[in-house]
Amino acid sequence: MKWRTIFSSKTMGDDEEVKVFGMWASPYSRRVELALKLKGIPYEYIEEDLSNKSALLIKHNPVHQKIPVLVHNGKSIPESLVILEYIDETWRNNPILLSQDPYDRAMARFWAKFIDEKILSTARKVSFTTGKEQEHAIEEVTEQLKLLENEVKGKAYFGGEGIGYVDIVANFLVFWFGNLQEALGINIFSQHKFPFIFEWIQKQLKIDMVDECRIPKDKHLTYIQTRLAAFKSASK
Amino acid sequence: MADEDVVLLDFWPSPFGMRVRIALAEKEIKYEYKEEDLRNKSDLLLKMNPIHKKIPVLIHNGKPVCESLVHVQYIDEIWPHKSPLLPTDPYQRAIARFWGDFVDKKIYGLESRKVWSTKGEEQEAAKKEFIECLKLLEGELGNKAYFGGENLGYVDVVLVPFYSWFYAYEKCGNFSIETECPKLIAWAKRCMEKDSVSKSLPDQDKIYDYVLHLKKVFGIE
Repeated sequence: MKWRTIFSSKTMGDDEEVKVFGMWASPYSRRVELALKLKGIPYEYIEEDLSNKSALLIKHNPVHQKIPVLVHNGKSIPESLVILEYIDETWRNNPILLSQDPYDRAMARFWAKFIDEKILSTARKVSFTTGKEQEHAIEEVTEQLKLLENEVKGKAYFGGEGIGYVDIVANFLVFWFGNLQEALGINIFSQHKFPFIFEWIQKQLKIDMVDECRIPKDKHLTYIQTRLAAFKSASK
Repeated sequence: MADEDVVLLDFWPSPFGMRVRIALAEKEIKYEYKEEDLRNKSDLLLKMNPIHKKIPVLIHNGKPVCESLVHVQYIDEIWPHKSPLLPTDPYQRAIARFWGDFVDKKIYGLESRKVWSTKGEEQEAAKKEFIECLKLLEGELGNKAYFGGENLGYVDVVLVPFYSWFYAYEKCGNFSIETECPKLIAWAKRCMEKDSVSKSLPDQDKIYDYVLHLKKVFGIE
């Protein structure tokens, strides 16, 4: 929306080279793309086939060999949360993703970690378990989402008035999570249970850059179902 | 720093707590240390970290900060007057954060715990993985005095607490870290020459006794 028109022409010089190694269905690479789009940073996107990783990806992230990786003027930065902070510190134009206040920054980092280590990790458990184990994981993720719901309650965004670091980290709730739940045929996440998160999602959807990071639904459902089928046949 | 009220809720063998102790010592911040009984957590801990109910918690002028990597950055940002822990260049900061995250995932992770909590093949696999991770860190250290360069930095503060657990790992896993990673041990000893580190870490023997106690509690062997 407005940010783009204000900042698109003056964010960076012509000699900058920004590349993102990502995977279309990954909430981690989508968040890197969203941050770059919000800041108005042009980048080249390189789609990785995770079953056959490119030599370039391995070169840029030899330790974990995972997406996403940001390559800025030849320097590579892996790990999405690390990349988000790098983007915010390198391109100081709006939106500023992390507040200048050390306490607010600590809180933002706390929630980002909570989302990655608790919610996304439990969501994976929900996907790859069955029966009682899955029921337990569903309860667990519901409790975790309630904590997040409580955090966004009464605020426009997690960071306050504008979209920021935690909003970008939580962006998987806008498209990815709903698709996952539909593919799994479960109903954890509804407007009825999480009115404040859904209000926040509606706000996100009005931002053009968020919409540009939309994960194509049909393709995503097919992708999840294929992975689940492969998992089930492997675990039999 | 006249009116600062700083409280640390901690548990003596916790390497995460040690990180906070080192960072506060580097910045020369006085604080009240409160030992928690993890089997009988205090109301203060439950109130200050209602989400994870875990130590360490840093309470600064009444406001709680949780998660040790978050603590170290907070301490660095709120008390920038001395001993900067993170570099100023965004790329160098990203690299430091990357290795901090690596240490949390690989060195303090559940997999590495298997070096002392399992036996046989599972233990051998865990040992191999653990040593590989230490070697990656040793590679990152290179010929520098500290991960932070000439001075103790973020990655040093994040990793060095684990030195107090090395002896327990070696005894339980029956291997020598010094044989595998001599430069890393030299680095750890260099860090231990600093009061901020040596006064924040318990004796390796005490940690070994604690690990033996844990093994008994969990019914391992």
